[in-house]
Amino acid sequence: MVVTVALMIWKGLMCITGSEAPIVVVLSGSMEPGFKRGDILFMHLSKDPIRVGEIVSFKIEGRAIPIVHRVIKVHEHQNTGELDVLTKGDNNYADDTVLYTRGQKWLKQHHITGRAFGFLPYVGWGTILITENPIIKYILIGAMGLLVITSKG
Amino acid sequence: MHSFGYRANALLTFAITILAVICALASVSDNFNSPSPSSQVQVLNINWFRNKPDGDDEVSMTMNISADLQSLFTWNTKQVFVFLAAEYETPKNSLNQVSLWDGIIPAKEHAKFNIHTTNKYRFVDQGSNLRQRDFNLTLHWHVMPKTGKMFADKIVMTGFRLPQSYR
Repeated sequence: MVVTVALMIWKGLMCITGSEAPIVVVLSGSMEPGFKRGDILFMHLSKDPIRVGEIVSFKIEGRAIPIVHRVIKVHEHQNTGELDVLTKGDNNYADDTVLYTRGQKWLKQHHITGRAFGFLPYVGWGTILITENPIIKYILIGAMGLLVITSKG
Repeated sequence: MHSFGYRANALLTFAITILAVICALASVSDNFNSPSPSSQVQVLNINWFRNKPDGDDEVSMTMNISADLQSLFTWNTKQVFVFLAAEYETPKNSLNQVSLWDGIIPAKEHAKFNIHTTNKYRFVDQGSNLRQRDFNLTLHWHVMPKTGKMFADKIVMTGFRLPQSYR
């Protein structure tokens, strides 16, 4: 029941926001002090072109986990409207050119998976604990299974 | 029916619901704030201006940036991220936005500032279109809340022009 509802909410959010990952958990301190580890961000993905200052999540080829950083440079090509975007973490010393694929200087529109619009602190800590300590996950699943078996309905 | 488990569950659900409602209200309350920020920027000096070996123009300048962003702060504001961007059009690009400087304002007391700085990030064009280029300097800010929706806005300052030749 709970799992079904969670999945419905997730898919529903995906439809409304147009982003494949409508909620992301901040995993690193690269956006501190704005966003800390364990905070969650709500993302959308609209057709409007990206502008400087926005906080976007993007995927780099060969990396599974998207990065959430701020856009510091935008070049929009005449006629085609194609975008070249450069990002940087607020708390990082240098821009993200070093994080991109070798030889890649800019992010294109298709790299970007979401644009942040909302924020909640601490809520993502559960996810971080579970992913970094698989034992907790097994204990949780075991406890839930026990509850289901022993409950009298 | 009234076992410890049920009571604990009900209490937890109630507590989380209240917390969610308070967070939502805090975020909604931000909408009642109508800020009136102000800003002024002067380009004091073009330190150097060159065409890089790869063909892109680059310029370094010294600026004086002053702003009063105190009215952006509400009880739900964690920090304000402020940055200055050069914005211009070239034959190649319909829009270029280049961040030159940024800063994090942690509290209202620091939201009125006047600083003297060179560009913190490199002002590099895509190509060699910067000579005699008119550009705007835009002060953008991004209000990061303690919880809820983020706000962003800007002040556009027009009438800046780069020199005719490299130096």
